[in-house]
Amino acid sequence: MGKRFSALLAVVALLVLACGGTTATPSPAPSGGQTPAPTATGAPTLAASCQSDASKTPVEVQGWWTTGGEANGFNKIIAMFNDANPTICVYNAAIAGGAGSVAQGRIKAAVLAGLPPDTFQVHMGHELLDTYVNIPGGSVMAPLGTDVIDPAQFPAGVVKIISGADGKIYSVPLNIHRANELWYNKTIFAANNLQPPTTWAEFETAATTLKTAGITPLAIGDSGIWANGMIFETVLIGTLGADAFLGLWTGATSWNDPKVTEALTEYKKILDPANGWINTDHSSLSWDQAADKLIDGTAAMTIMGDWANGEFTAKQFADYGWAPAPGNADVYQALSDSFGLPVKAQHPEQTKLFLAWLGSAEAQAIFNPYKGSIAANVTAGDPPAGELQYNDYQKSAASDWKTNTIVPSMEHGAAANPAWSSAINDVLTTFVTDLDVAAAQSALVTAATGFTQ
Amino acid sequence: MRRLTRDRVLSIGLIAPSLIAVAVFVYGLIAWTGFVSTTKWNSLSPDYTSTGLDNFVSIFNYPRFQLDLRNTVVFTIFFVGVSLAIGLFLANLLDRKIRGEAVFRSIFLFPMAISFIVTGVVWKWLLTPSAGVNLLLGLDPDTNKWLTDPSVVHLPTGTVLNDIGLGFLATNQWGVPIALLSIVIAAVWQMSGFVMALYLAGLRGIPDELREAARVDGASELGIFRHVVLPLLTPVTVTAVIILGHISLKIYDLTVAMSPTGLGFATDFPATYMWQTSFFANQFARGAAVAIVMLVLIATLIVPYLIWNRRQEVSR
Amino acid sequence: MTAREGAAVVPAAPRGPSPLRRLARPAVYVALVVAAVFYLIPVYLLMLTGLKGSSEVTLPHMWSLPETFGFASFADAWTALSPNFLNSVKVAVPAALLSSVVGSINGYVLAKWRFRGSETLFTLILFGMFIPYQAILIPLVQLESNVGLYGTIQGLVLIHIIYGIPITTLIFRNYYVAIPDELVEASRIDGAGFVGIYRHVLLPLSLPGFVVVLIWQFTSAWNDFLFAATLTTQQNWPVTVALNNLAGSFSVAWNVQMAGALIAALPTLLIYVLLGKFFMRGLLAGSLKG
Repeated sequence: MGKRFSALLAVVALLVLACGGTTATPSPAPSGGQTPAPTATGAPTLAASCQSDASKTPVEVQGWWTTGGEANGFNKIIAMFNDANPTICVYNAAIAGGAGSVAQGRIKAAVLAGLPPDTFQVHMGHELLDTYVNIPGGSVMAPLGTDVIDPAQFPAGVVKIISGADGKIYSVPLNIHRANELWYNKTIFAANNLQPPTTWAEFETAATTLKTAGITPLAIGDSGIWANGMIFETVLIGTLGADAFLGLWTGATSWNDPKVTEALTEYKKILDPANGWINTDHSSLSWDQAADKLIDGTAAMTIMGDWANGEFTAKQFADYGWAPAPGNADVYQALSDSFGLPVKAQHPEQTKLFLAWLGSAEAQAIFNPYKGSIAANVTAGDPPAGELQYNDYQKSAASDWKTNTIVPSMEHGAAANPAWSSAINDVLTTFVTDLDVAAAQSALVTAATGFTQ
Repeated sequence: MRRLTRDRVLSIGLIAPSLIAVAVFVYGLIAWTGFVSTTKWNSLSPDYTSTGLDNFVSIFNYPRFQLDLRNTVVFTIFFVGVSLAIGLFLANLLDRKIRGEAVFRSIFLFPMAISFIVTGVVWKWLLTPSAGVNLLLGLDPDTNKWLTDPSVVHLPTGTVLNDIGLGFLATNQWGVPIALLSIVIAAVWQMSGFVMALYLAGLRGIPDELREAARVDGASELGIFRHVVLPLLTPVTVTAVIILGHISLKIYDLTVAMSPTGLGFATDFPATYMWQTSFFANQFARGAAVAIVMLVLIATLIVPYLIWNRRQEVSR
Repeated sequence: MTAREGAAVVPAAPRGPSPLRRLARPAVYVALVVAAVFYLIPVYLLMLTGLKGSSEVTLPHMWSLPETFGFASFADAWTALSPNFLNSVKVAVPAALLSSVVGSINGYVLAKWRFRGSETLFTLILFGMFIPYQAILIPLVQLESNVGLYGTIQGLVLIHIIYGIPITTLIFRNYYVAIPDELVEASRIDGAGFVGIYRHVLLPLSLPGFVVVLIWQFTSAWNDFLFAATLTTQQNWPVTVALNNLAGSFSVAWNVQMAGALIAALPTLLIYVLLGKFFMRGLLAGSLKG
């Protein structure tokens, strides 16, 4: 008995030291619906809670920024707001996991039950409009007046996709991310005498060279299929051009168009294991694990949104360059995290004050250097001295934003209805395995039925 | 037993709250889900217009859902089968007056204390071809693809199925996706220790006299195991099948953490599809239809068990 | 049998059922150790990763030892998780205790006070075990808000108790069925009623049953994420939600994540290890048999 007990104690000790946990982690959502995060480091910093202070009106902000730069920046502007408004306590009730899908489930269940948070995070564009605004029973979000958001301070294209069918504005965009960016390892490119490819033909040449040199040309981490879908979107943009790409989402371009066939054929070439241009383990990696392949030099390129910049910075990797994805020069594929006001919000007046702050030039200039994005408010300048400043990438993005043609991102909620992007992702999930261009195109045509607007 | 009326009232009064709670929170909500599955509710504003069984027709015709059903069946067979085999094997090893039995038992049992999400994350690392076990054991990542293996295997292989006029069985919908077996490994890791505990308890409950008697009759050890021990373990096996089976049919956390959809939906499950359909795509009626199909699948497992259970009771 | 224990190394111990019994003792131990390694490797990986700095955590180097052993990840994880630990205790302890009381009463009634239709009701209760919870979140939020419990810890405890009714009732009913009716009759002849029989006959024998139910319910309430994330407000979040939030909306600091996973799992692990023997005894006593 005594022996047994001591053995048991030994195991306790071992397990106490050793064993693993409870519910943990993210892992990409099965589909769209995610917001990129720039950094990978650091413990979460939830804003210190002022909720227990009865003299303050609590305002619940629901989203999915819980750690890294995005949470640090967001909590910072929340704290600034709370300091300036002593009767209000805004608190960040973000839930990570499934790259936003858990928070979305919670938000939607709560909205349906008539108990929405005071404000919540939603991608600008069709994810906002088709989920909450232009719906049969009438918008569940309240229109925002000029006391909350001044449309003159935002680009016309952005204002258009935060406005409902009634022409009123329904959310405040806090940032702009770019989706169609190519990232590459400078040393590898120099060693192989390569320049960032500007067309898919150049990409193929570069890929062949790199493969011969024993380096994976393109790293993909598509355990969440959206990462692969983003590549497809850049191929579509490169093949169709910005206008026809936009037309895919409005019905002006048919999904049966020969150019779509061409894009799918190119996309097939990229993915085809026979070519060996991508890492074979892509389906079990997340995008950041794929980006790590650039850091350790086993891969030369990756195509990802500009949150990759934050990942490289967080991993203290400086030897990278960026360029628009092949064929995507002068096209800025955008996505934005925005915040709206549910009709049934319990503290609408206080929430409006907070939303007005989120839209302000000052808040956006402070938040966006942390997030790795640029300000949506065009009047937002550089951050004040003493605050975190924009890095080189962000500066280049800000100047591109002013001159490029803007197109929306499908994978990040801007271009298409969620049901539609969900259906497209299902088509791509099959395509990645069977590489059947004709079947994929016909499935994409079917998926578009009833959604183009 | 019926003479004490006050006690009878008390007994029914004490169980009544549970019955009401189950009626509302289980059957009420199942009924609600069933109702929603026949409506057109596909946005954040509920639309209760009836569409009959359209949502069901639609999901059954949807290739992804067909593969989800395939995965559920394949996963359930492998997960339950392998867990039972390993559990029984380990229980037999431990039922031999082993030194440090408690230590081994604790090691085998503790994964149950861990949530499926953590299990999923760790096993995803372990079964990523470029790292994990391949790295540890020096296996070739190009032949040991684990989670990233796109192949779907059919038995029998080759053109045999076509030759015997069962060509439809050679389609993707009727094969075994190899990547799915990686999820089976993780799930077995988590639950086989529990099965071991069940079997060990079962083995300890078998009187020695029965074995002795068989031995005296000249039965071989293998014969005793097959003809005496295994039949007596049947109730344990049935319980284990039910517990593992319902975990398998509802599986969500583990697969989402490990491989949310997988290559060509190799690791996609109805629950994953339901969450995405409802809470991402806002197709709540469709999601409800998926839930109802899951419940029907579960019922086909559980109802025979309940009937069997009742027969056992009667014969006792 | 005990006489032979000293000869443990001798092959083919005579007692017992299994063909495996013919295996040589060393082979048995080898098999057990191999199995133990299989069960422990994932834990080793968790611990190893938890001890690394964030820049060291990459897939190709997942098996490398940390360059410098550091508990910084554990400290970070603990800072983030500690406020929510108490919430988890407030959820899991009452949920486990109340569940076992409810299950014990239900099991008692269904095993020893059967009435017309009670078997059917038992079957109907059991089926509740199999409901996929994701499917019913929307009406659940509605129901909770109707009774004013949405967002609260009490509301979450209630949900765990309700969805625990099937398994706890099953365990206790099967456990009590195994207790001979003669004992109940004898007590009845002595004048004991519903309460008396429970207190003096069933309850004293119930410890293993309670342990099984407590372990089961504590673990599932402690590890629950879905209900916690959808039914509670921020200040009531249990540790699972906080652990989940250690991850960014996309990027993950794996070292902190894994350290947090270890910390958050300690209570359930301790319970399994400390009460494992009673758990086995409860299983042996028939609480989970068919």
